[in-house]
Amino acid sequence: MKCFIGIDLGSTTTKAVVMDDTGTPLGHGITNSRSNYDTAALVAKTEALISARLVLLRQELDKSSGLSLSTDDTIDMLERHFRLAQFLVQLKNLQTLCDEKAAEGNYKEDPATLGKALDGTFASLQVELSKLFEPGAERKSDFFRDLAGTVYMEVAEAEADKLKINSDTLINIYDKSIIEVENIPPEVDMSGTFMAALDSTLNADEIQTTDFGQVQSALTKVLDIELEETYVVGTGYGRARLPFPKEHIRSEILCHGLGAHLMYPKTRTVLDIGGQDTKGIQIDESGIVVNFQMNDRCAAGCGRYLGYIADEMQLGLHELGPLAMKSTKKVSINSTCTVFAGAELRDRLSLGEKREDIIAGLHRAIILRSMSILSRSGGVDNELTFTGGVAKNEAAVKELRILVQENYGDLKINIDPDSIYTGALGAAEFARRAVEA
Amino acid sequence: MSANIETLDPQKDSSMLMQKEMINSNYDALTDTANNGKKVCSTFVPGNLNELIQSFGMLNNLPETNAIQNAMRQQSGGMIQSAERMGHSEDVCTYVKADIGMMSKGNIAPNGKPMPNPDLLLLSYTGCFTFMKWFELLRQEYKCPTVMLQVPYQGDGEVTQNMRDFVVKQLKEEVIPALEQVSGNKFDIDALREQMRRSAQAEDDLVWVLESAKNKPSPIDAYFGAIYYLGPMFTAFRGTQQAVDYYKVLRQEIEQRIKNGQGPITPGGSMGKEKYRIVMEGPPNWTNFREFWKMFYDEGAVVVASTYTKVGGVYDQGFRHDADNPLESLADYCLGCYTNRNLPKRVDMLEKYVKDYEADGLLINSIKSCNSFSAGQLMMMQEIEKRTGVPGAFVETDLVDPRYFSAANVKNRLESYFQMIEQRRQGQSNMIASAR
Repeated sequence: MKCFIGIDLGSTTTKAVVMDDTGTPLGHGITNSRSNYDTAALVAKTEALISARLVLLRQELDKSSGLSLSTDDTIDMLERHFRLAQFLVQLKNLQTLCDEKAAEGNYKEDPATLGKALDGTFASLQVELSKLFEPGAERKSDFFRDLAGTVYMEVAEAEADKLKINSDTLINIYDKSIIEVENIPPEVDMSGTFMAALDSTLNADEIQTTDFGQVQSALTKVLDIELEETYVVGTGYGRARLPFPKEHIRSEILCHGLGAHLMYPKTRTVLDIGGQDTKGIQIDESGIVVNFQMNDRCAAGCGRYLGYIADEMQLGLHELGPLAMKSTKKVSINSTCTVFAGAELRDRLSLGEKREDIIAGLHRAIILRSMSILSRSGGVDNELTFTGGVAKNEAAVKELRILVQENYGDLKINIDPDSIYTGALGAAEFARRAVEA
Repeated sequence: MSANIETLDPQKDSSMLMQKEMINSNYDALTDTANNGKKVCSTFVPGNLNELIQSFGMLNNLPETNAIQNAMRQQSGGMIQSAERMGHSEDVCTYVKADIGMMSKGNIAPNGKPMPNPDLLLLSYTGCFTFMKWFELLRQEYKCPTVMLQVPYQGDGEVTQNMRDFVVKQLKEEVIPALEQVSGNKFDIDALREQMRRSAQAEDDLVWVLESAKNKPSPIDAYFGAIYYLGPMFTAFRGTQQAVDYYKVLRQEIEQRIKNGQGPITPGGSMGKEKYRIVMEGPPNWTNFREFWKMFYDEGAVVVASTYTKVGGVYDQGFRHDADNPLESLADYCLGCYTNRNLPKRVDMLEKYVKDYEADGLLINSIKSCNSFSAGQLMMMQEIEKRTGVPGAFVETDLVDPRYFSAANVKNRLESYFQMIEQRRQGQSNMIASAR
């Protein structure tokens, strides 16, 4: 079948959306942008194609009857085993690279001891990480770097203690290797990995033999469908780095506008707060951009601002929103300059203000700056669609609702849980229109 | 440079070489005052009284042009930083800081020789408040005679007889006596008239060149390319025979380009197909001038009209230096400066440009350190969008501070903008097609 792919290379993450020829999105994938856009684009695209296969499988399973498992549970189970298989390949790559570094003899510990320590570390890693893919287990991130990193630190420390070596050496080896692992282009044998994953569900006793046959034939059927990459359109900061010709590249403004229109056809204004820029976009009834405004001399008050603040407060980025929601008192933060805000934050803390109140103030500061960008782009018209990584932050959303209400009255504000894919979705639609229109 | 020029068409060569030689010759004259015995008058581009200064046999030194020259040679960043090390704030106009930094580094002219100290500071335009403070700083430094010509702001959008009389009175009572005293020459109104006659001649040709952008494709870029065309007119050459000759040659070249159906010449050679016709408001960025321009011509965008090219005179709006009424005409010249016009007047002018030049969009280069230009630009943009229906947008950069030119972001913005115009155009043609 014909597939149209949109890739959005952002400063923080790279997203891909696969769409069929009727304009229905089939799947999406995301990865961290790292310093290698080529690999990031390839990983995101591969992930989107995997997710498209799962969507097709879901459709296929819905048609078949008599499964004792629900379609949801079947997909969840298969995906877990698929992800685990993928994950173990990366873990193996990581181990090979770590072993190489240890063998180079550049550390004060002798290579043999380091090799032994790494063997032990990776044995425990495999055990611990596999647990993350057990039924019902929760994963804090979908990125290999995040998951492997946290557990590695713990097990490496234990292993270093055992062998009386410095755990810093093991961590140093990891730090050097993880970047390389991320830059290895993914080579996913889609069919092989899916079939192996299915076998693995059987071995783990998660599926009954009666179901197995049906799922297997549905999966075979889905894997036999050729997902032809008919047209690819790239957008985002790294778009110039994408290995395709200029006519395959669209500005992210246009892609965001169209993506928001596809998600919410009544959208007239789009606010996108990304890692390093904030965009206010006005679109017409067919998703065509009529005006826009973005910051380009300074990135103050963008998504990275929250990342920096989270680091300053030794919190995870995803913990900021919930913490700010606990605020009971209004604390004003004047500076959207990231560095100054850090200073202001410490100053407020020393004055005895509560963390949650300060963090809420920081969220307000970001949204205030967005309001000025929106106003420059032509204001806010009903409906407003809020996209970008910051749209996932409930405290930011809360402040936006307040300020929109104060300045523009009662408007419908749309926030899609998958809003991070807005740009890639628009790009995929541009790809489809390039061929189908 | 020579190899580069040889590859251009020979028609182009003559005006380009002439322009370069003229600008260089003024620096050579300025840095040779020990031998040529000429007196130096420092003044600014907007409202400059070049004909008057020349009629006294004095040389004209323009600090903001020096800052521009230094920026284009990648020297301004270091100069600004040395001014900041001396304590000047990051928010001060970067022309000022580049000038102060240049002085602190020995005041070396672009030809590599030291600039002489000015014999007279002549501030003939006060529509930019920073100019006044700038010259106060220079006065402190050079301790030389200083004349300030108060130019009333066109708050109501009109130049009244009162305003004109007020400026003429100052010319007679303050400016001319100061020039006489410093130069040691008596005021010669006939010499001034002669200068002004030549000015008007050159101005006619310049206007013709600027208005040639009404052609499709436009044979010139009326912002980036026009900067070169304006060099002689805005600096020390208005009123000279050299300027008259230069604009004649330039006009002939452009006539030829129109005949050949050619677009503008760019640093990357002749421009490809004209895809977007843009009106620009605001000064260009000088530190990354060519990079900035490339972002336009690579996308097929040509600037067909701009306001910055009017800061040294709004000739296309009808103004000419008038030899029959020399002082009144100089007064009108100062009063008519682009940034001395109130916002409604500026809006009218831009609206006219968008319509007369059949532009696809209005782009505003919002300059961090220039409030004379930047304040009010949002209102201007919104008003022009309303009146003309073409989309406006902002690009944010600075004059001569390289720290405020973020190439990736500016390029991103421009590409988005051009693609938006394209998309709107397609949307409109689809609508027309479906209506049929």
